[in-house]
Amino acid sequence: MARLEIEKLTTDYGPVRAVDGVTLAVDEGSITTVLGANGAGKTSLLRTISGLERASDGRVRLDGEDILGVPVEDIVRRGLAHVPEGRGVIAELSTEENLRLGGLWRGAEAATLGEIYELFPPLRERRGQLAASLSGGERQMLSIGRALMARPRVLLLDEPSLGLAPLVSAQIMQLISKLAAESELAVLLVEQNARSALSIAHRGVVLNLGRVVADDAAQTLSADEGLRKAYLGF
Amino acid sequence: MTRFIDLTLNGISTGAVYAAVALALVLTWRATRIVNFAQGGMLMITTFIASSVISTSGSYWLGFAVALVCGLVLGAVVERALMRRVESGAPLNAVIVALGLLILLQALAGMIWGNTPRSFPPAFSIRGYDVGGTHVLFAPNDTFTVLVVIGVAAGLAALFRGTTIGLKMRAAAFQPEVARMLGVRVGRMFTLGWALAALVGSLAGLLVAPAVFVGPNQFDPILIFGFTAAVLGGLDSPVGAVVGGVALGLVLSYVSGYEGASLVTLAALVILIAVLMIRPGGLFSSTQERRV
Amino acid sequence: MNTVLARIQGSHNTLARSLGLVVFAGAVLFIASEALGAYNELQLANGAYYFAVLAGLTVLTGLSGQISLGHGALMAVGAYTVALLIGNEQWPLVPALLAAVALTTLVGIAVGAAATRLRGPYLAGATLAFAIGLPALADKYTGTFGGENGLVVNPPTPPSWLGANFPLERWEAWIAGLGALVVLFVMNNLVRSGVGRSFRAVRDDEIAASLCGLRVARVQTLAFVLSAACAGLGGGLLTVVLQLASPGAFQLELSLSLLTAIVLGGLGSLLGAVWGAAVLVLLPSWTNDIAHSFSLSTGVSANMPLAIYGLVLITAMLVWPSGIQGGVRAVVSRVGKRRGPRAKGAAP
Repeated sequence: MARLEIEKLTTDYGPVRAVDGVTLAVDEGSITTVLGANGAGKTSLLRTISGLERASDGRVRLDGEDILGVPVEDIVRRGLAHVPEGRGVIAELSTEENLRLGGLWRGAEAATLGEIYELFPPLRERRGQLAASLSGGERQMLSIGRALMARPRVLLLDEPSLGLAPLVSAQIMQLISKLAAESELAVLLVEQNARSALSIAHRGVVLNLGRVVADDAAQTLSADEGLRKAYLGF
Repeated sequence: MTRFIDLTLNGISTGAVYAAVALALVLTWRATRIVNFAQGGMLMITTFIASSVISTSGSYWLGFAVALVCGLVLGAVVERALMRRVESGAPLNAVIVALGLLILLQALAGMIWGNTPRSFPPAFSIRGYDVGGTHVLFAPNDTFTVLVVIGVAAGLAALFRGTTIGLKMRAAAFQPEVARMLGVRVGRMFTLGWALAALVGSLAGLLVAPAVFVGPNQFDPILIFGFTAAVLGGLDSPVGAVVGGVALGLVLSYVSGYEGASLVTLAALVILIAVLMIRPGGLFSSTQERRV
Repeated sequence: MNTVLARIQGSHNTLARSLGLVVFAGAVLFIASEALGAYNELQLANGAYYFAVLAGLTVLTGLSGQISLGHGALMAVGAYTVALLIGNEQWPLVPALLAAVALTTLVGIAVGAAATRLRGPYLAGATLAFAIGLPALADKYTGTFGGENGLVVNPPTPPSWLGANFPLERWEAWIAGLGALVVLFVMNNLVRSGVGRSFRAVRDDEIAASLCGLRVARVQTLAFVLSAACAGLGGGLLTVVLQLASPGAFQLELSLSLLTAIVLGGLGSLLGAVWGAAVLVLLPSWTNDIAHSFSLSTGVSANMPLAIYGLVLITAMLVWPSGIQGGVRAVVSRVGKRRGPRAKGAAP
């Protein structure tokens, strides 16, 4: 049994079907990346999994437990953390306040805080500063770190490399790869930058107009020239 | 010179009340992005309740405590029962609902307690301090007013900056969706924000009532000047509310003392426009907010 | 302004439609005024000047997205202008009304230019301060503005060709109705023109609008100035109908009830402004009737109209979030839908 299982998940925005019967799975300690053009339904898929959008149909299971329909506030308590698109850092709060928020529901944020600072040393230096003053890369670290404060079993990442310089983006990708390997985390990674996402992912799923058009091992997808040309743009 | 000192002290004491009303408005604005015009009616109701409790029990402090508890409950009930239904809709609809509630509360107060304003006892003496043989206008009750408002401001600052519940409230106010994803029960934070706001508002009512009397419409001016103070300071900033309130109190006191009471509203207009032309988001606006 | 005129003149189709609308509305008003008694004629006159103000305000708030709590004060500017010109200077009616529009336009330019820098509650706060600050002038310059008592003007005299017994109330209703028709004509053209589209574009997304070459500040100022001119005309007509301009009529309550009326009527639509004007005129007398139909103690019955008004505002916003016009539209489209399939089914 995979850690995160998604079955025939469907989301409608009024008459528009944004996610259309998507089925995929993520094992613990592995990364599955969801690829596709703008408007393919990647962000909607993540938002539906974490309860921000209502699904019209389908199932989402975390370690076999049904989590679809659980209120957004409780999803994190079930072990799923979502790093939203545009990073979702709360600019008006300090770096440390942002981090603490991630662990508040567990009531044990102080202990985890040290680990996160070990993982992201630049954040420790800027702990007292407003998140508004952080660079793009630091904000991405902050928002991943904040999600990790919840000690999740599943991590949803929405375009972590968006707007980052190539070097910084590569660092973030390496970090995600390390995280998945070391902490038995199941990572569902949505990316526009297919090449770098496939380089760290174990599996890849390609969406087009809300539907899965390919689901295979990352290496296989990278090698499929037709698919790359048609959907992945490299 | 004595006149100047009198006007200054008087300005600080009325400014403290404006600051309290402004704080109440800032708290609801931060929680739910609604300017709660009903605040004037809510604090009027709690002050009436205090007045009734004081006259039946004979204890000022019992009335004081009951009013604060009623404020807390009223704020929570109004948010849960009424505002929650319009929070996500068009902003103007929430404004109209708040105005409707203000009118309804004023009418209800008139039905229950009558429309003739009644006097309200001060917590402490309103006889001015004796300074070198002359009585200044500033009295022990004014000291109490100023201290209470300072206490409230400090308490709120401690709550927001120093506690986890305050951190959750701030997160819910700035980014409700993100806060929700991090496990913060945002709806509860909204209710708490409104309850706290109404508590602070009811305090303002108790403090100002000896001066303006208690009646359905007696608190309209402090609602208007409290709102002006909140806009002046920046609706997202509790510090701005306090500074805006005291600044407005001082200026209006000088204008009224030296130029006559009829110019007070005009002076408020001039200050507000002058400040907003330089800082469109108020004195203490942190980020240039521009929602797209 | 030249481009505005060019656009209005350019769209003959809209122009003709507006003209038709105005002729229709004029006919309705005429027949209504012939059929009604003096009291109702006065209500019609009141509704007409309220409509003039609300039409401008609903364009400002509904189409351009600016909230104003200060239009009562703009009405006061128009009202006092007319009172001074007719009462002291013996100006004829029409030039006095035009002067009122001109002066409020100027005030509108000043306020509107300042307002473009402000958003949401900050604009509301500034205009609120305007609404409570301006009436203080009437107090300060008692000699000119008559202080608390205000300025009284003589009632307009119906022309002699209408006959010696032509009722004054009907004449007032005609004057105010004509003013309302002018506003209806101008606004209806404007809403459907490029100017109306630019208002909506700025309301929906200022940054996108400015990227499309719209000067956001100028568009917003224009909307404010237009609504100020409407408020000036409405205020001037108020003086004509009530024969009085006094500070008591232009308290903050007026500004708040204007805002309430456009939201209750249906924001952004001229029909909504008609509903809003009807609410402003009819609701007070209805709530009074309801209050007096129960036998209640005086303390309760005196406050009953206010309580009903508050309840109406709250429930209306919960039941019809898009106002009366929105509710009507929803009912009409539902009826239309229900009729549609049935008609199809009936066809062989």
